[in-house]
Amino acid sequence: MTPSHAAFAAILAKDLRSELRTLQSLPAMALFAVTTFVIFRFGLDRTSLSGSLASGVLWATLLFAAVLGINRLFVAEREEGGFDAIRLAPIDRTVLFAAKVAALVVYLVALELVAVPIFAIFFLDDAAGLAPLVAVLLLTDLGLAATGTLISSMAVNSRARDLLVPLVLLPLAVPLMIAATGATEPLLSLGGPSYDRFGTWLMVLGLYDLIFGLVGYAVFDFLLED
Amino acid sequence: MELLFAAPALPLDEAGKYVAGAYVVFVVLLVVYVAIMAAKLQRIERDLREVAAIAEDRKAERREEVSA
Amino acid sequence: MYGKGLRPLSIATVAMLALSLSLVFFYAPLDADQGFIQKIFYIHVPLAMVALVGFIVGGVFAIAHLRTDNRKWDAYSYVAIHISVIFGVAVLITGAIWAKASWGHWWVWDEPTLVSFLIVFLLYATYYPFRYAIEDKDRQARYASVFAVTAGAFVPLNFMAVRMAQSLVHPRTFATADGGLPGEMMLTFLCSLAAIALLWTTLVKFELTAKSASGQVKRLRRALDAPVAGGGSRIAPEVS
Repeated sequence: MTPSHAAFAAILAKDLRSELRTLQSLPAMALFAVTTFVIFRFGLDRTSLSGSLASGVLWATLLFAAVLGINRLFVAEREEGGFDAIRLAPIDRTVLFAAKVAALVVYLVALELVAVPIFAIFFLDDAAGLAPLVAVLLLTDLGLAATGTLISSMAVNSRARDLLVPLVLLPLAVPLMIAATGATEPLLSLGGPSYDRFGTWLMVLGLYDLIFGLVGYAVFDFLLED
Repeated sequence: MELLFAAPALPLDEAGKYVAGAYVVFVVLLVVYVAIMAAKLQRIERDLREVAAIAEDRKAERREEVSA
Repeated sequence: MYGKGLRPLSIATVAMLALSLSLVFFYAPLDADQGFIQKIFYIHVPLAMVALVGFIVGGVFAIAHLRTDNRKWDAYSYVAIHISVIFGVAVLITGAIWAKASWGHWWVWDEPTLVSFLIVFLLYATYYPFRYAIEDKDRQARYASVFAVTAGAFVPLNFMAVRMAQSLVHPRTFATADGGLPGEMMLTFLCSLAAIALLWTTLVKFELTAKSASGQVKRLRRALDAPVAGGGSRIAPEVS
């Protein structure tokens, strides 16, 4: 049995390398996010955003970009027969789950490294709220990655897979969005960042990550047996 | 028993209509469900009739073969 | 044998429903601040509670399915979720009626419980297209169970998150002019709750019995080498 951390690192590295090599999804996701920002500028008829509007625009965009991109990241794997190879290898399934979640987190962080600064440039008057925002971003990414991995692992083997992931993932992401926007709104408020209920919302995010991490850990085995 | 006498005069104004509406929705959904199940039951009955006919035919065939 | 006990169960359900309805309209006192409109709660809230428990029960059945690989648990899980979704439709409609009666709008975002329920409902509504999209029956059953478990874990978390999002929480407790929850209202509520819970159980059993019957017919057909009529459901698991 390959030791877990070695297997984890190997799968993670493989995923990252494959995306880096083909660059199928990441640039598209980033581009989608930036274009969506422009659409919001015109849709809301605002050139500067703060508080709940800023928080809403940012998170809605990130969520939709993530949901659209998550699928692609798994589809490529399936088409190359990646799943079969991994299934045959003597690796603990849950390591596979952890590695996939980690890969997805990396992709989401990469997306945010582009999208968030551009968002700040487009809409924010002062960037003081961005530093604490990083904590919110990371915790939300973990949650999205856990649920996203779970759902897209199942959707990948289905017929309407492009529709299925957004359809099922969006309701599941609602608590994440509630907590993320709840924490972000005061950070981006007009008078400078405020930490109203910041800790509470981070805890909710953490709780979500924990619960769905555990659920994924428990059920991922059943997704791969064939 | 005081129950019947304590019954509030059912207000047939706005409030009454809404409350009635809510309970009617519940009943309607229940009845729709029963109707759908009734259709399923009819299908099962029809299927069983067919299968019984097939089984009887087989039995008759076998009796013919034996006697022939 | 799924039909066993169905008759006494249905009789108990009817009796309980009749009792509850009588209590609601002849016994429970009028609410101090909502008046007659509050009576909607006696149908709306039990429907909601039973639907939510039903979803979680569906998740528990799904766990049993994953652990034992026995397809009957998948059928139980599917039916539990199916009936709960139907109850969910009733919850949302009665909830909207209550909202219109109390606030004048068919929907209000102020009620965290109603909003949470909507989100849960939207999630479980995707259960059907999700099953439909997976062709291989084995895999469909397995993935559906994973879905049911994930969704089951989601329910309490979602309620908590939505509740926290409300800055103004309107406590929705039943009360008369004296304040607090009087015994009569509590009794009525509990009776309604029991009636709806019995109804849910009866309908689940009913549905499973019907599925079992048609499964037996298929089995008969196969034993007789007779043509099996096409038209098995793409998503509803078979019971035999």
